[in-house]
Amino acid sequence: MTTPIIEFQHVNKFFGDFQALKDINFQLDQGKFYSLLGPSGSGKTTILRTIAGFNSVTSGTVLFQGKPLKNVPPNKRRVNTIFQNYALFPHLNVFDNVAFGLSIRHVPKDEIQTRVMDALKMVHLQELASRDINELSGGQQQRVAIARAIINEPELLLLDEPLSALDKKLRQDMQYELRELQQRLGITFVFVTHDQEEALAMSDEIFVMDEGAILQNGTPVDIYDEPINHFVADFIGESNIVKGTMVKDYEVEFVGKRFECADAGMRPNEPVEVVLRPEDLDVTTPDKGKLIVQVDSQLFRGDHFEVVAYDADHNEWLIHSTNPVKEDADIGLFFEPEDIHVMRFNEKEADFDARLEQYEGE
Amino acid sequence: MNTTAKRIYYIPYMLWILLFVIAPVALIVYQSFFNLDHQATIQNYVTYLTSSTYLRMTLNSFWYAFLITLFTVLISYPAALFLNQLKHKDFWLLLIILPTWINLLLKAYAFIGIFAQNGSVNQFLGFIGIGPKQILFTDFSFIFVATYIEIPFMILPIYNAIAEIDPALLTASRDLGATNWQTLIRVILPLTRKGITAGVQAVFIPSLSLFMLTRLIGGNRVITLGTAIEEHFLTTMNWGMGSTIGVVLIIMMFISMALTGEHKRKRKEIDTGATKE
Repeated sequence: MTTPIIEFQHVNKFFGDFQALKDINFQLDQGKFYSLLGPSGSGKTTILRTIAGFNSVTSGTVLFQGKPLKNVPPNKRRVNTIFQNYALFPHLNVFDNVAFGLSIRHVPKDEIQTRVMDALKMVHLQELASRDINELSGGQQQRVAIARAIINEPELLLLDEPLSALDKKLRQDMQYELRELQQRLGITFVFVTHDQEEALAMSDEIFVMDEGAILQNGTPVDIYDEPINHFVADFIGESNIVKGTMVKDYEVEFVGKRFECADAGMRPNEPVEVVLRPEDLDVTTPDKGKLIVQVDSQLFRGDHFEVVAYDADHNEWLIHSTNPVKEDADIGLFFEPEDIHVMRFNEKEADFDARLEQYEGE
Repeated sequence: MNTTAKRIYYIPYMLWILLFVIAPVALIVYQSFFNLDHQATIQNYVTYLTSSTYLRMTLNSFWYAFLITLFTVLISYPAALFLNQLKHKDFWLLLIILPTWINLLLKAYAFIGIFAQNGSVNQFLGFIGIGPKQILFTDFSFIFVATYIEIPFMILPIYNAIAEIDPALLTASRDLGATNWQTLIRVILPLTRKGITAGVQAVFIPSLSLFMLTRLIGGNRVITLGTAIEEHFLTTMNWGMGSTIGVVLIIMMFISMALTGEHKRKRKEIDTGATKE
């Protein structure tokens, strides 16, 4: 196995009394797209600034390609950052902004010229080289920031919520472009975001963070389908979470009924939480449904109807339906055993992974 | 709001401009075309432009104003940078501004006490065995005191310009590989250019016509245009010549304003294939 490009070993960070990072351990491999996903204050930007060199750690080790980063100043790290508000230099035009990193290193003029134009071409801005920064739209500024960061050929590119200032349509376009750029350049991207859709769409691997700790990491599909706890399930996508009991392996009880499910490896009659994704609930007639609920309201979302309904126990159910339903009508909900995801309380990620391996490998 | 109400608000401003700007300037210009015998003439300007004394005085004024401005910038810029990194920066800035609330004459007299033959500086020099020396009435003391007096007017605009810089720009500069020194030269300095020019205007132009300090601290060894005007109006009673020098000063002020003012950026290329967002 190759050396990971970045490795955190038992990293803790305190700001005064506030613990921003709690025993962070992870490894990032060369050439992948990683996302740090979490609400504000979860510590994701602190990790980014630690890698860039703008934070020191209170304890623990950060390795860059196997070597400690501790005494390397930010300007000597082969890491570049795309900042949240781009932080473009207002006194320089587009060309000089992009050329900044090269001219700092006294790269010859003609080489700067070709490399800047290549970088601008990569972000489709070659016609705007002589523009002032304040003459550009938000999307164009975003591209200048990307060109300015990649021209230094970093081993690692850090992106600090770079798309949050753009409108939705542009943000989606930029998601494709960033993903494509990452694959073309083959450098490691670490993308910080609080937007789960963004993280799911672009990443090879996602780290879900809350309150300074990494709760779960895995591929977007893993995290979406097998959230480790209530927080992750709720934060990643929309979900229906109800309390239940794991009667025995492959059988779970919730809302007063027993259902066949795909989870195992827990104590008999262990209290658990059950997740059902709104798009996994199919609307059917009451006699065919596994659950019967009464429709409360529905919203048309363009590609689906978002239905809110209540069961007899007054649990709220969110359903994504392709067809409209009648308000106040009783409807049946049908789902497959695999659609039920069972979560234990306070399960650590390592135990969770081990348990999954144990019965999924059978 | 109706227009009559608006006009009423103009009145104080108009009166001010008329009485304290237009009228005095007009009077000075008018006065400068009369000789001692109250005859209309351009003789004053001819004298000014052909006399080596006046030209030397003009150069002197420029030279001293330049030196004062230079030292003020050299002290104020690092000071403003330093102030911006302090925790209670507004408080420390206030301490620097505080002396400007005290009358210029009082400060000048205070320096006479400090620099005099038996003043505190000379007592100290005597104590360490190299004094007393002649400090008062030298170029050094004049420039020192003038610089001291002008420093707050330079620090303030520079300080504000530095405070306005988005800290993310400095982070970005470091991130792109710049050392602290390169960040200062390539990011902080260009972004505070406006603050520096504002400070230079606030210091250089008044320094051209300093006259009280030239007498009290410079001991009349330093003769600037300001001193010359005072002499003509109060001693020789040659108001015409005094006014002529006044007009010259006003013109010089406009020239230095134009030189330090904001220039339109040169670039204007036409972008044809601008990508549409």
